[in-house]
Amino acid sequence: MAISMILIPGRSSKQGTSLNKGKLKEEYMEVTSTVEMNQDDMAILELNDGDQVKLSNDTGSTVVRCKGRKPEDLPAGMLFIAYGPPSSQLMASDTAGTGMPLSKHMQVLVEKVAA
Amino acid sequence: MSENIRTVKNATCTFCGCVCDDMELTVDMDEKRITKAKNACILGRAWFAEHVIENHPAAMIDGKEVSIEAAIEEAAQTLVKAKFPITYGLSDTTCEAQRQAVAITDIIHGTIDTTTSVCHGPSGLAFQGIGESTMTLGEVKNRADLVIFWGGNPAESHPRIFTRYAVTPKGMYIPNGKKDRTVVLVDVRKTPSTPVADIFLQVKPGKDFEMLWALRALVKGRRIDPDIEEITGISLATLNDLVDKMKNCRYGVLFFGMGLTMTRGRHFNSGALLALATDLNEFTHFVAKPVRGHGNVTGADNVVSWQTGYPFGVNFSLGYPRFNPGEFTTADTLSRGDADAALIIASDPASNFSKAAIDHLHKIPVITLDTKQTITSKLSHVAFSTATYGINTGGTVYRMDDVPITLRPAFDSPFPTDEEILTKIKKRVHELVLARRGSSGARGEAKVASTQLL
Repeated sequence: MAISMILIPGRSSKQGTSLNKGKLKEEYMEVTSTVEMNQDDMAILELNDGDQVKLSNDTGSTVVRCKGRKPEDLPAGMLFIAYGPPSSQLMASDTAGTGMPLSKHMQVLVEKVAA
Repeated sequence: MSENIRTVKNATCTFCGCVCDDMELTVDMDEKRITKAKNACILGRAWFAEHVIENHPAAMIDGKEVSIEAAIEEAAQTLVKAKFPITYGLSDTTCEAQRQAVAITDIIHGTIDTTTSVCHGPSGLAFQGIGESTMTLGEVKNRADLVIFWGGNPAESHPRIFTRYAVTPKGMYIPNGKKDRTVVLVDVRKTPSTPVADIFLQVKPGKDFEMLWALRALVKGRRIDPDIEEITGISLATLNDLVDKMKNCRYGVLFFGMGLTMTRGRHFNSGALLALATDLNEFTHFVAKPVRGHGNVTGADNVVSWQTGYPFGVNFSLGYPRFNPGEFTTADTLSRGDADAALIIASDPASNFSKAAIDHLHKIPVITLDTKQTITSKLSHVAFSTATYGINTGGTVYRMDDVPITLRPAFDSPFPTDEEILTKIKKRVHELVLARRGSSGARGEAKVASTQLL
């Protein structure tokens, strides 16, 4: 089963501290490879914390681990990820004449990756 | 820890656009590392602790260690041979280095762009269209009694904007700090910034423009249909209450982040917010300010503007500067495949750009200057390791409110500065361009140019 959701890449404290250690280090890779998801949405997709999910759209796809957030903290249908190499795989290149690709608010399909 | 300890007072953290200049650094001079950064936030502490001298070649060509001179020669030859060379990055280096990068791009008739274009570039467009009711962060500290954060999460991206300038500090006309302020946060999700706010407004994703335009209408006394709640997620009563607070405050400020610039609407969102601030000046004093990410991204805007007349996305291919976002901005020149060489300074586009742009970076010769290895430096044809600004080098940076600040370095680095490398590349590309002009018969022009050698 796949559900369409909105992905919002952004900054996080852990991303900020880990990039100072180095973007090629494991800590940064891990921080930018974890997507936060509404716990109710995770239940629908039969996901537990740490499970792998595939995020995909017309531009590309990436596989990341998921982490639950309480419904009052993250609305249903919304995902948050610390931006980095995995989220870039989903970013379209069109900038509509502004120089800025739509880097937040990406429509993606979310599906569980079989263990 | 050795006994050779130095203390640097009033040092500056260049991690984010707050550019806090009240750091007190404890430096182990033998180990060449900062062991304590008093007054730093969690991001600043990591910035100072993790920038140590790394065991890495100062210069490499195709992954093999070479002399700095050989790398400069190869970088210069690469840039001069290219038909559409681009220069990009620049937000994590000094104004002095930025100035050299502009000069290089001018000489090679290239295209220069900074990380602003994928940050607050849309706000830059909005400034040109709407204007900016601006201020310094000192004014916010001393005067602001209504502080609105829109589309950002400062608790995780700019922690000290709360404690040093906008929320808790006591100011000249804000004697009780937070008690004298109303703090509003507008965002699509709850974040660690939410508890700081007195009022949290959870706008629906992609509906910032609609909410801003409704606020503008209400400020002007126009009628808004109650279905605005269905559209934006915010009730008409809540919007009216916010408008009352905005019109009746003594000094209001709108800080805005990339929740506006990176989403649907882009420069229209920033423009709507700037227009709202302008409208409110009919009733009270109201200002707006983009919250800037990198330590000297504001300096990059300033330097590129001084030197070319435009803030980012500037092309010199006709011999004079032209500004056209969407054409000369790096996300576009890479993803369209225009660029045939890239000079990347203190940035990692191979990590954060679109897939098409990253794919193109793998196809062209890339020259990088960075303090640490990154995905971009790993794919580079020529890679320089450079000293860290503010930790190993002096120079000038601009805070997000356009206030210039002088850096106080903590310890020396064996690596050259960005400015040193760029100055040498500039000198060499100038020689190569003059020689090329000479060999093509334009000797008079070459003689004139050589008398104006930079």
